[in-house]
Amino acid sequence: MSLLDINVNEFGERRQSLAESLHIDLPLLVGLLALAMISLFILYSASGQDMTVIWRQTIRLVIAFTIMLVLAQIKSNTLKRWTPWLYAIGVILLIAVLVVGQVGKGAQRWLDLGLFQFQPSEVMKLAVPLMVAWYLSEYPLPPDRKRLLMTIMVIAIPFILIVKQPDLGTSLLVAGAGFFALFFAGLQWRLLGLMTAIFAASAPLAWYLMHDYQRQRVLTFLNPEQDPLGTGYHIIQSKIAIGSGGLYGKGWQNGTQSQLNFLPERSTDFIFAAYAEEFGFIGILVLLAIYLFILIRGLLIAMQAQDTFTRLLAGSLTMTFFIYVFVNMGMVTGLLPVVGLPLPLMSYGGTSVVTLMSGFGILMSIHTHRKLLPR
Amino acid sequence: MNINKKKQFDNTLIDRMQYSNNDKQRLLFTALVLSFIVFLLIWRAVDLHVVSRDFLQHQGDARYLREVSEPADRGMIVDRHGEPLAISTPVESVWANPKELLRVKHEWARLCVELNLDLELLQQQLASHADKEFVYLKRHVIPEIAQRVKRLNIPGVFLTKEYRRYYPAGEVTAHIVGFTNIDDVGQEGVELAMNDWLSGTPGSKRVIKDRLGQIVENVEQVNLPHPGNDVVLTIDRRVQYLAYRELKAAVQKHNADAGSVVILDARTGEVLAMANQPAYNPNNRDELLVDHLRNRAITDVFEPGSTIKPFTVAAALESGQYEPHTVIDTSPGLYRIGQNVIRDFRNYGPINVATILKKSSNVGVSKLALSMKPRVMWDVFAGAGFGETTGVSFPGESMGLLSDYYSWRKIERATLSFGYGLSVTALQLARAYTLFAGDGGLKPVTIVRQSPHQRDESLYYKSESVLSAETVKNVRKMLQSVVQDGGTGMNAQIPGYKIAGKTGTVKKSGAGGYIDDSYLSVFVGMAPASDPRLIMVVMVNEPRGEEYYGGAVAAPVFSKVMSGALRILDIPPDDLPLLDGAQVASVSIDRLNGTGLRGVQ
Repeated sequence: MSLLDINVNEFGERRQSLAESLHIDLPLLVGLLALAMISLFILYSASGQDMTVIWRQTIRLVIAFTIMLVLAQIKSNTLKRWTPWLYAIGVILLIAVLVVGQVGKGAQRWLDLGLFQFQPSEVMKLAVPLMVAWYLSEYPLPPDRKRLLMTIMVIAIPFILIVKQPDLGTSLLVAGAGFFALFFAGLQWRLLGLMTAIFAASAPLAWYLMHDYQRQRVLTFLNPEQDPLGTGYHIIQSKIAIGSGGLYGKGWQNGTQSQLNFLPERSTDFIFAAYAEEFGFIGILVLLAIYLFILIRGLLIAMQAQDTFTRLLAGSLTMTFFIYVFVNMGMVTGLLPVVGLPLPLMSYGGTSVVTLMSGFGILMSIHTHRKLLPR
Repeated sequence: MNINKKKQFDNTLIDRMQYSNNDKQRLLFTALVLSFIVFLLIWRAVDLHVVSRDFLQHQGDARYLREVSEPADRGMIVDRHGEPLAISTPVESVWANPKELLRVKHEWARLCVELNLDLELLQQQLASHADKEFVYLKRHVIPEIAQRVKRLNIPGVFLTKEYRRYYPAGEVTAHIVGFTNIDDVGQEGVELAMNDWLSGTPGSKRVIKDRLGQIVENVEQVNLPHPGNDVVLTIDRRVQYLAYRELKAAVQKHNADAGSVVILDARTGEVLAMANQPAYNPNNRDELLVDHLRNRAITDVFEPGSTIKPFTVAAALESGQYEPHTVIDTSPGLYRIGQNVIRDFRNYGPINVATILKKSSNVGVSKLALSMKPRVMWDVFAGAGFGETTGVSFPGESMGLLSDYYSWRKIERATLSFGYGLSVTALQLARAYTLFAGDGGLKPVTIVRQSPHQRDESLYYKSESVLSAETVKNVRKMLQSVVQDGGTGMNAQIPGYKIAGKTGTVKKSGAGGYIDDSYLSVFVGMAPASDPRLIMVVMVNEPRGEEYYGGAVAAPVFSKVMSGALRILDIPPDDLPLLDGAQVASVSIDRLNGTGLRGVQ
């Protein structure tokens, strides 16, 4: 553990470094900055050398990193006190979105706040794991049946509200975040098995409840070639882009699929394909390594967390981040159906970056506000 | 409180100890799942990058690497002196991808203004092609407009380079040259007949196209476009123009339906001019009538009438039964064969064979014909090429009709002798007269000059003689008398030249027999008669005026065109009374020198 903990000197003494006094977790920061740099590089290429895109993304990243640093200063106890309020506000906003929200691309996800548009489901990505962690940490673990039901309610309310928008991707992420907190809280294996069974059994029901376009996505996923110019177009182009990159890639700004406009959404959801085309298999390994590094660091923070609330929260946030990565990469490579999830910190776009970086801010706060116990 | 706290802490400790095992399991499980997922992603990447790489790369290339064809220049059609009769100029065509253009409705107005299109029509056009990816908006626009359209930069609007055909001689050569359609494929005339020879092989080049189909980069030239071959016609544009002008004037003057002129080089059989009325402008075919498309000199057959009589006379001479001065009694100007009566214009009384031709006596030639074996007459007629193609291999050519001699009844033999009961085209008739122009053989007619060797006379096609030199000389002499004062073809005279010719005034046949007051005026002639260089057929279909005789309608056209053609082609006169036996070639030189006429022995 001390391998990754740079704040321990050769005598095993802790010292108050600059990073520590600013409540920054350096490994995490380095990993995130590396991602942000790669993101700007590939965006420059994928956007067709559009500097305004780069500037906008830079500004977003700066804002997001700032928010992360601000959140890192807040003690977890303070956060814990805010949790129920945050959750309540999030649910209210979700209801508001369903009533007065903006319709964009066929879904009601946005709340127009005059100056900017705001997606309340993003708040829930943090509020749900916070709430579950808060609720479960108040009682001995593992939760008994009554608490388990309560927790499921806590997860289900925002889940259903977001599904209604409809935004299946985000709703699954939100539910996943809650579930991970539950999982780390020590959910019994048999219950886990039971939930998996219920989940699998409800698949036909889910099919029945799905929107047409969602069903189409699943069908397309199963056989993208059935409509290569229509619904299968994204995934076919994306696979071609990735595969034609080869081992070393076609080189920066040389990706034919992305540069010639064949690859759709190449600076947002499908940026991984543009990246893979230009940097090849090696590039993918490097990117995966960075993501894995961040993941492992996050899990370490969770393991070193000193109370149940932070432990559950850190585990949940880290796992959510990883699910983000996995779902996006899986979708772009054709392993999973197309769900509109961006690749964290790589895709062009605002809200999700802010949420993710807030999560990392919380992680940093958890790690840097530990009470250092003598060994 | 303290105790409570302590107890709570203990509890947590106990919790921790109790669940630490569970935690480890959980951690292990999580690690397993994560490794599995990471493995899955890497495996997928390997699958795409390594296993399916070639397939996917090929697929990728197939999406942006395209071979596009480059249009090839169509060959020129030129006259015998290299004057262009059909040329290609590069133009641009504007096309659109409806799927894209439909998305930018606000741009339509600008596009319509530039291309002079109707907005509603454009809308309809796009709507009906909404699921297609290609529709022409306007073909063949001039480069200036094309550049302006390009500058509009409307998404979904593209340009392609094409060639447009121009015909500098316009309607004058319309029937010979023909025209191409908008896709540069020959539709009529030489353009059609020699389409394969004229059209080039389009080249192809490999280009990189983006998703919208815009060419981003040229990669390589796969095949260079091969321009088509030129076609050199035997036509002389100056003679052609003259023929066309005079024919048009005559057709208008006599208010006729149609007309044709064919001029052949008597020595080679080359077509020097072939004009028809009505004609059309191949450069602007908007108001084109299908009826005007026909190259009547080749496609339309008519009964040749009196113009066939020289062949009957020639057959009579060839049979050995007659001499030019043999006298035949044509009185009383009537000749009864069975129920039919053959009439002359008036009673000529007993006249010799030469006079029969000069006066164009139907009775005379009928008597000649009936006294011959049918086979003898058929040999001459068939030898003159009636009833078979001329070999110009021109689209839509008619063969005419000549029935077999063993089926001829008596009356048929008589009517055939003065040109009824068989049908010919103007070109066939002109070719037939080559029998009288040279050595008695039939010259093949050509409209395309195959090779420069054609100037070498020793390589000229020598046909089997149909007529003996003696007969040729005699018939030509008789034909000269037709044009002399007192003959039917006086109007065909040209000062300075001896002319041999024959008039024809043909009653037109319609449904159920011959029609009254419906005639076809024909004149066939050659000049200079002493050594024919040019043969010309003038045919005017249904003149509706005071005059309808071949000698009155067709002969003057012959005179005007032939005199011009002789001058243009620098053919020396053979009838200059002052210079008997002089070599006339020097005359023009002397004239140029301003020293007056001086004979050179």
